[in-house]
Amino acid sequence: MINVKGLYKSFGDTKVLNGIDYHIEQGEKIAIIGPSGSGKSTFLRCLNLLETPTKGQIFIDDEEITDPNVNIDKVREKIGMVFQHFNLFNNLTIMDNITLAPIQLKKMTKEEAEEKAIELLKRVNLEDKVDSYPSELSGGQKQRIAIVRSLAMNPEVMLFDEPTSALDPEMVGEVLEVMKELADDGMTMVVVTHEMGFAREVASKVVFIDEGIIKEESEPKAFFDSPKNPRLQEFLSKVL
Amino acid sequence: MNEFKAKFTQDFIEDGRWHFITDGLINTIIITILALLMGVIIGVIVSIIRCAHDQKDEKVRNIPLSIANAICKIYIAIIRGTPALVQLLIMYFIVMISAKSKLLVAVLTFGINSGAYVAELFRGGIMSVDSGQLEAGRSLGMSYVLTMRKVVLPQAFKASLPALINEFIALLKETSICGYIGLNELTRGGDIIRGTTYDALLPLLTVALIYFILVMIISYLASLVERRLRRSDKR
Repeated sequence: MINVKGLYKSFGDTKVLNGIDYHIEQGEKIAIIGPSGSGKSTFLRCLNLLETPTKGQIFIDDEEITDPNVNIDKVREKIGMVFQHFNLFNNLTIMDNITLAPIQLKKMTKEEAEEKAIELLKRVNLEDKVDSYPSELSGGQKQRIAIVRSLAMNPEVMLFDEPTSALDPEMVGEVLEVMKELADDGMTMVVVTHEMGFAREVASKVVFIDEGIIKEESEPKAFFDSPKNPRLQEFLSKVL
Repeated sequence: MNEFKAKFTQDFIEDGRWHFITDGLINTIIITILALLMGVIIGVIVSIIRCAHDQKDEKVRNIPLSIANAICKIYIAIIRGTPALVQLLIMYFIVMISAKSKLLVAVLTFGINSGAYVAELFRGGIMSVDSGQLEAGRSLGMSYVLTMRKVVLPQAFKASLPALINEFIALLKETSICGYIGLNELTRGGDIIRGTTYDALLPLLTVALIYFILVMIISYLASLVERRLRRSDKR
């Protein structure tokens, strides 16, 4: 479903991604781990072209999204993204946060979008917050709303960019819980995370990115129990 | 007391001289409001061009945008680099030499002048909005323009409101230079009375008081608007 070929990305003289090839099947849950500055977030942000790759190709459903003639807005409609800092729209209520894109992009009528929003909010137990503003919510609540906002567009794949890194420790659980449910529902997910427990438990594959390349990739058990790459062994010994 | 009454009668009642004040006040208000409207329209357009260019949005940035950005920068540099009075005189005696209405000259001058300042204060407002807001909108499939309109600009407007009120107040008082082209606005109205009756105290204090009251009204209305906008940011 997602096919990455020879992906390079530089910011000025700084080379962040140095040739990434990867293939993600429908329904897979990919956890990406790695030291900070390794390029894992940049890789994720390339998948929906929030960063424009310097070189390389990305295919989604066999459509080359790196082609300059592609309407990237249309492509992004099927790729949900959840950010480290939530990025809820501060000027809008929770309801408007969730329904803005589906209504404006004519995916749904106002009634359909609101119905869908309530249904999704019930799933994350926040239906009483419809009229609140983001500033009135806790971090964990904001991130659950951010997930709901992405889901309201009925995406085919969800990208998570360190979704729990900005949360108070006691709120990490409630967000991971929602993500687990999503995984159980069969959503294709790519998650950049420092939550090793989540990677081990939920991911179908774990990817270790360092110095802008994929240094190791395998099933969670093999990845954590018998890592082969020396850099990964060192990394795991520090974080586990 | 009787002396005051005599002066007052002489300054404002005789020959209906209060008309200089009221007619002047009306002109001052017309110039200020129309110029502010024009300034806000120019300011929004210019600030969006400048921001769209600076945010390096690969799909938006192109040669026409770069040219537009350069024009905007030159416009801001010229307007901010020269005194408003000089701009007014140039407009009146050179650019719009055949214009029949001094009021039109004043509105256009102050509108163009104000636009440059409003553009910069809006640009500050837009830049104060976290870039994550734009990214979130784009990641949902909304276009740059749509995200700006629905998410970024409302927040930028709120952030710029105090500065915009400042500009409004400064503009109101700056229209007092219109006397230089013989336009009867509030200050000149008072000054005409002073020149006729040779009494400076009452006409000028009256003019000052009227400006002061106008500014107080603007400040009060601004505080009402700000209170209404505050709901979404209990931070």
